[in-house]
Amino acid sequence: MADKARLTREQIAQRAGKELPDGAYVNLGWGIPNLIADHLPQGIEVYFHSENGILGMGPRAKAGTEDPDLVDAMKVPVTMMPGGSFFNQADAHLMTRGGHIDVAALGGFQVSEKGDLANWKIPGAKGSGAIGGAMDIAAGARKLIVCMEHTTKDGAPKIVKQCTYPLTGIACTDTVVTDLAVIDVTPEGLVLREVAPGWTVEEVQERTGAPLIVRGNVPEMKLS
Amino acid sequence: MKQKIVNSLEAAVADIPDGARVMFGGFGGAGFPNNLIQALARTGVKNLTAISNNCGTRDGELGIMFKNKQIRHVICSFPGPHAYHFQEQFAKGEVTCELVPQGIFCERMRAAAAGLQGFYTTVGVGTEVGIGKEERVLEGKRCLLEMPIHADFAFIKAQNADALGNLTYRLAARNFNPIMAQAARTTIVEVDEIVPVGAIEPENVITPAIFVHKIVQAKGLHYGG
Repeated sequence: MADKARLTREQIAQRAGKELPDGAYVNLGWGIPNLIADHLPQGIEVYFHSENGILGMGPRAKAGTEDPDLVDAMKVPVTMMPGGSFFNQADAHLMTRGGHIDVAALGGFQVSEKGDLANWKIPGAKGSGAIGGAMDIAAGARKLIVCMEHTTKDGAPKIVKQCTYPLTGIACTDTVVTDLAVIDVTPEGLVLREVAPGWTVEEVQERTGAPLIVRGNVPEMKLS
Repeated sequence: MKQKIVNSLEAAVADIPDGARVMFGGFGGAGFPNNLIQALARTGVKNLTAISNNCGTRDGELGIMFKNKQIRHVICSFPGPHAYHFQEQFAKGEVTCELVPQGIFCERMRAAAAGLQGFYTTVGVGTEVGIGKEERVLEGKRCLLEMPIHADFAFIKAQNADALGNLTYRLAARNFNPIMAQAARTTIVEVDEIVPVGAIEPENVITPAIFVHKIVQAKGLHYGG
């Protein structure tokens, strides 16, 4: 039986964008988080940080105007906003690790009910693996949002009691935005805040590997 | 005045012995000392320990050094999606690798620069990174002891240098370069332009001259990767 429609990656990014307060300093990681910049809610202004030493990063550079010395953390040529600044990489990570950045968003392979995050290595994968800035962000972000699909391609839950993938950080995730739900990590456990349009609490719970706490009526996500 | 400017890339890299520990600046295609790396590759020096965020982009950046099997050990954070030569040798066990969270990679170099014998951090607690490291609870948080990363040489890329060695950097090409310049015993810099002493306003100096030992002008070698 085919599942009902889930959110697209862009819609996950759109919903995650609503978690950003006006005026926030924000770091976006690889994958779905990177799409948030293109799906910000109307009327708010946020300042993007990049781990290679940029604050006030603007949109991608238009074709023909790229500068190889001005790229984001994914090597994509970008632009600068008025009032932006450059600094060295130690200061860039100091901003995330030291709790100066308001919100960071990362992709994820697994999130545990305690908020542990696994996002850097697939067990059994060949090669050296790569860490980058994710562990610094996980350890120090004031608010960490993880954006990911709710289940793997095989249908296994990615929100689990305990991560089986190599960890990026422990008890570091605050909120998970998936194609099925918005879930907050709290000291009591995972609180189901919203479900995707057309999905029930029970259906989301069935596809989640840890118990979800339901407090009253759980609304559907609003995407517009 | 101490003469720091050298006239050729060959002269800039002439003193690097086999087995040296060398830092290399650069991130995302920006700020790599590509001319110095190419010159170092040509010397045939071997058994290097490379300290670099990534491990080359195809044949570019550190790629050529791995291709030539000149690097034995690497301390890095993000080897990169196109570090083919590194990954091939890593799989065969010809190169060993210590993976470090990127901000801690910076701070370990800063500890070396600052004369500090290590520091504690929550980064990596409970992960593979913490294996074998001393752990203790500070301010109620589990922390790992991280040690300095020292180097014999740093190869860095800057935009402008004066003859004294004061440096400026262009846009996001700064990245790891000023950190490595401070951390290594000998810092060798390739720059786009050498400008007269005094042409860089003191408040615009990013790396003060005290950290710079050799300067070579070398423009126009870039790998888009």
